[in-house]
Amino acid sequence: MQHPLSCIVRTICNAFAWFVVVFGVYIIVHGHLTPGGGFQGGAVVATFMALLLVSHGATKCLGWVRTRFFYLMEHVGLLTFIAAGFLGIGVTFFYNVLALRGGLFGSAVALGPNSGALNTAGTIALMNCAVGIEVVGGLSMILLYMVQGVLHVDKPTLRGKEEAGHDR
Amino acid sequence: MRFQALFVIAILVVGGLFWGAADAVHPFGNPGDAPMDEYFLRNAQRERGANNVVTSIVFDYRGFDTLGEAAVLFTAVSSVAALFRGKGWQ
Repeated sequence: MQHPLSCIVRTICNAFAWFVVVFGVYIIVHGHLTPGGGFQGGAVVATFMALLLVSHGATKCLGWVRTRFFYLMEHVGLLTFIAAGFLGIGVTFFYNVLALRGGLFGSAVALGPNSGALNTAGTIALMNCAVGIEVVGGLSMILLYMVQGVLHVDKPTLRGKEEAGHDR
Repeated sequence: MRFQALFVIAILVVGGLFWGAADAVHPFGNPGDAPMDEYFLRNAQRERGANNVVTSIVFDYRGFDTLGEAAVLFTAVSSVAALFRGKGWQ
């Protein structure tokens, strides 16, 4: 985990990570049209961080990113989600006020099976994006914290010279 | 010995309850009336304007449940951060 893998792995991961991001953003944005949504797409986008961490090694990778950025992403996502829920507080919590009103995400859909338009579904689309941002931040932060926790474990403790603590 | 007898009685009681529950399940291939499913399939697209009915249930009809899921993720991230936070790197 601490040392970079071979040149082949690094090159493939460099190229593949961006396609993973594009695919995940597609899943998030099209959450109200196709299978998937914020949670699934967010997990796919968080694979970006995992690929970089595994291929380039933890020491190098931790120098490239800041936790504060992902921290911000997670909080912005969660607060946007709750705010979108409070938009419909005039009727009930989580009422879909934006749907079928025109304007942002307000177009009507044709009934029955159809290819769908992106500008539909009201707060559902908004919440998908919010949850996607939150999941990306959260999962990336879990990865980074775990890796840097492994990195800071003392080497003698990890190797276990004489297995202290057995006879007490 | 007494505990073992207690366990046997508990197993019998719980097993009987499970047997009763399994016996009362509708026969295979005949799910019975499902007014909720019918309602969602007929009206979700018209009411909420989303093509994906599953998403319209998860994020709209049962949005509060999704809020709980997001809170679970937030709690997981917080606990991992509390567990693995080191000195050198913030």
